[in-house]
Amino acid sequence: MDLKLGHYNKDGIEVVDVEGEIDVYTAPRLRELLIDLVNKNNYQLVVNMEKVEFLDSTGLGVLVGGLKRVRAHDGSLDLVCTQERILKIFRITGLTKVFGIHNTVDDAIAAKGDK
Amino acid sequence: MPTVEVTFTPLPAHVRTARLVATAVARRSGVDEALLDEVRLAVGEACSRAVEAHRRHCPAEPVKIEMTDQGERFVVVVSDHAPGSAPVSVGANGSNGHAVRHDPVADAVALVQGAEEAGIPAGFGLAVISGLADDVSVSSTSTGVSVRMSWPSAVLTA
Repeated sequence: MDLKLGHYNKDGIEVVDVEGEIDVYTAPRLRELLIDLVNKNNYQLVVNMEKVEFLDSTGLGVLVGGLKRVRAHDGSLDLVCTQERILKIFRITGLTKVFGIHNTVDDAIAAKGDK
Repeated sequence: MPTVEVTFTPLPAHVRTARLVATAVARRSGVDEALLDEVRLAVGEACSRAVEAHRRHCPAEPVKIEMTDQGERFVVVVSDHAPGSAPVSVGANGSNGHAVRHDPVADAVALVQGAEEAGIPAGFGLAVISGLADDVSVSSTSTGVSVRMSWPSAVLTA
């Protein structure tokens, strides 16, 4: 399945909904969206990956690129993910130490409020 | 002779097809359902690396995947034909075909510190593969790089 992207603002935080497969072919679209959001002064991002079916290192690179961009503006990029097969790739690459990973969008937003 | 051999034009759009084929052949070869996600991801990573190498060095040449049911092991070899595309660590100690292991955490830190919007450090995909397949080796020759991965498979009687 292809990649579907959407985004909305909730409590001042931009939530990006990602559905489908993030790979070497589709990841550039996610990269463009994250860059666009940052260019529009959105520095508090939550990427909801609950409907992501596949994620590879190219997708990880895009997420890390997004994180670097928001951090340059003292922002943060948190993830929502409970799928074991997606979490596994974050674990084996050590990126669980880099991203805040939450069970729900509300949890992610609440965590940002606590920072 | 491989059970299934696939060659494809080095375009990112075809990587998905390649990993779907690999997953299907793995299932047919008796690889446990619980391992199929790992096969899919590892083959995808290897193909992505090869596609990127070909796009830089030889965009007209196809990428090759050989999938072989060896009875107790399902073996996948992804080969590129891009001279000079070898990951740095392969050139240092992997040219004899020995397994090349990466430190995933160190690679992740390098990724965070050095990620460019255009891509990720060479070798990061291999780090992912190393974390997914229990048997990985990377061979570099003057004509390109081969990534060999294998998983246990059941001997099918039907």
